Amino acid sequence: MKALIEWIDKRIPMTNTMRLHVTQYPAPKNFNFWYLMGSLALVVLVNQIVTGIWLTMNYTPSAEDAFRSVEYIMRDVEYGWLLRYMHSTGASAFFVVVYLHMMRGLMYGSYQKPRELLWVFGMLIFLVLMAEAFMGYILPWGQMSYWGAQVIISLFGAIPYVGDALTTWIRGDYVISGATLNRFFALHVIALPLVLVILVFLHLIALHEVGSNNPDGVEVKRKKGSIPKEEQSKFEFHERYTSKYDIVDSIPFHPYYTVKDLVGLAGFLILFAAVIFFAPTMGGYFLEPPNFEIANPMKTPEHIAPVWYFTPFYAILRAVPIKLLGVILMFASIVFLFLIPWIDRAKVRSTRYRSGFHKANLTQFVISFIVLGYLGVQPAEGIYVLLAQIFTFLYFAFFVFLWFYSKNEKTKPLPERLTK
Amino acid sequence: MMKRFLLALAFIMPSAVFAAGYSGPLDKAEIDLTDNASLQRGAQIFMNYCMGCHNAQYQRYQRTFNDIGIPLELGEEYMQFTGEAVGDHMYSAIDTEAAGEWFGIAPPDLTMVARVRGADWLYTFFRSFYVDQARPFGVNNEVFSNVGMPWVLEELQGTPRKTWERRMVDGEMKDVYVGIRSDGNGRLSSEEFDQAMLDLTNFLVYMGEPMQLERKRLGYFVIGFLIVLLLWTIFLKKEYWRDIK
Repeated sequence: MKALIEWIDKRIPMTNTMRLHVTQYPAPKNFNFWYLMGSLALVVLVNQIVTGIWLTMNYTPSAEDAFRSVEYIMRDVEYGWLLRYMHSTGASAFFVVVYLHMMRGLMYGSYQKPRELLWVFGMLIFLVLMAEAFMGYILPWGQMSYWGAQVIISLFGAIPYVGDALTTWIRGDYVISGATLNRFFALHVIALPLVLVILVFLHLIALHEVGSNNPDGVEVKRKKGSIPKEEQSKFEFHERYTSKYDIVDSIPFHPYYTVKDLVGLAGFLILFAAVIFFAPTMGGYFLEPPNFEIANPMKTPEHIAPVWYFTPFYAILRAVPIKLLGVILMFASIVFLFLIPWIDRAKVRSTRYRSGFHKANLTQFVISFIVLGYLGVQPAEGIYVLLAQIFTFLYFAFFVFLWFYSKNEKTKPLPERLTK
Repeated sequence: MMKRFLLALAFIMPSAVFAAGYSGPLDKAEIDLTDNASLQRGAQIFMNYCMGCHNAQYQRYQRTFNDIGIPLELGEEYMQFTGEAVGDHMYSAIDTEAAGEWFGIAPPDLTMVARVRGADWLYTFFRSFYVDQARPFGVNNEVFSNVGMPWVLEELQGTPRKTWERRMVDGEMKDVYVGIRSDGNGRLSSEEFDQAMLDLTNFLVYMGEPMQLERKRLGYFVIGFLIVLLLWTIFLKKEYWRDIK
C-alpha cells in the first residue's frame, strides 16, 4: 500500500493535495449551522448528476414522446419513480441550501475583501443554476413546462429592436416546440452541468486560497510572527499556510468538519427523504399539478406560476406595468447581489459586530425576499400588485441604504480571537 | 414527528389555487388506497363507462389488475373491451381525433387526472352534473361549467336536476336552492351512487400514481435508517470534537 502511494505521488501530487485541501487545511473552529450548506449543496449537485444520468437512460427528448417517457419512467422503469422524485426534489433542495448558503454570506460578510471573487463565482453558480433549473423544467413537457417557458422566454422579447429576433433564436422556432425542447435538453444535460461543475471547482479554489470566513468575521490567518507559538493552533497544517501566516483558532478540515458535515448530511437527508417519500409534489410547489397534463399549445392554463424558487424574481418582474422596466428590474435584482462586495463598504464583516441599522436592513431584506416569493405565486391583481411594488422597493432599498451607511458605520469592537 | 413537521409546513405555505375555474367548496373524498374492493369497483366503472371515450394511455391493464388484486384472466375477460393484450396500455375504443370532432374537444387522457385536479374536485365533479337543455348534451356541471361531455353515468345516478324547495324564510315563503337531486330513475340510490363515485375517485387517485403505497412503505424504512445514521454521526462527531475547546 505504502509503495503504491509513493508510486502515485511520484507521478501526481495526491498526498500533497489531500494535505493541502483536506487533512491539513485550516478551518476556523467556530462554524455553526449555516456552514453546513456548502457541503450540502455539493451533495445535492452529485445527487442531481447521478439521478440525471439514470433518467436520461429512459427519457426521450422529443415533443411527441417526452411526456410519455416520463410516465414510462414513473411506471415501468424499476424504481424510476424514485429517481425522478430524487431529481425533482433535488432541484428544489438545491435552491433551499443555496439560498441559505447565500444568507450565511450576507450575515457574516463573507463577500468582503479578500473574498469578492469567491462571492462572484458563487453568484455565477446561482445564475447557471437558475438556467439549469429552468431548462430542466421544460423537459417533462407538461402544461407548466410549456407555458412557464413561454412566459420566461417572452421576457427577452421586451428588449428593444432585437427582442423578437432574440426570442425566435432562443426557441429555434416561432413558438415553443420540439426544437426548443431538444436544445434545452442538450443544454440541461451537457452544457450547463459542465459549466456548473467548473464554477464549483473555481469557487472551491477561491475559497481555499483566501480561507473560510467565520461567524465572527475575524481573520484566523494572522501576520507571520504576530502570534506567540503557544497561542497558535496546535494542529499540524500544510506548510503552504504556516509559512505565510500564524494560524489561530483553527482545526483541520478533516476529520473535524468532515464528521460535522456528516451530521448535517444525515439531518438533511431525513428532510429530503420525507419529501421524496411522503410529499413528492410538496403540495404543488415542487411539482405543479398542471404539469401532469401534457403540453397543449392551444390551451393556456388559467394561472401560470413559476416554481417557488423563481417566484421572488417573478414578483419583481410583474411589479411594474411596463414590461421592459420589469425585465430590467428583475435582472438588476440579481446584478445588485453580484455587486454587494463593493456596495458594502464596512470594515467589519459579521452582523454580530455591526450596527443595529444594518441588522434591521438585512432583516427587512430577507423578509422582502420571502414576501416577494409568496407574491410570485399569487395572481397579479388587486392588493398583490401594490404589495409587490412595496417589497420590490424594499428589496432595492437594502442595497442603496447599505451603500450609504456602511462607509462610516458605527460598529462594535471586534474580539481579538474567535468567540464560541 | 415527520408527519407533524410536514403538516406544519403545509399550513405555513399559502394554499395554492390550482384547480381551474371553480372556486366554490368541494366535498371531501374519504378515499382509501388500501381498500382493494373499492379500487376494483372503481376500476369497473372506469372501464365500463369512462373508457368509452377516454384513454388511460400511460397505465397498463396488467399493472392495474396486479396492483388492485384482480386475477389477470378475470380482468382480461371481464374488464378489457378492446381486445388488446393484458400488457398493453389502456386505450379507449374510439378514435380520439374523431371524438374531438364529435364533442368539440378531444376527451382528455385520464391517467393522471387525479394529480391535475385532486381527489376532492373529482368526487365533487362526478356528483355535480345537472340537466341543462341549453347545452348540446342536455347537461351541465356546477364544478366544470359548460363541460363538453354527456352525462354517461345517468343510468346509475338517474336524471340529476337542480332542485328548489318552497320554505319559510324570515316569515316569507321563498324558493330555496337545495342542491342537485336525482329523479330516482337510476340503478343506484343516492347513497349507493355517492359510494360508487368515491370508488371511482379512489381508482383514479391510484392510477395517477400507482406506486404511492409502495413509496410510503419504503419511506418509513429509509427515514428509519436515516435516523439511526443521524444518531451515529452525532456520536461520531462528539467523539472527535471532545478535545476542541
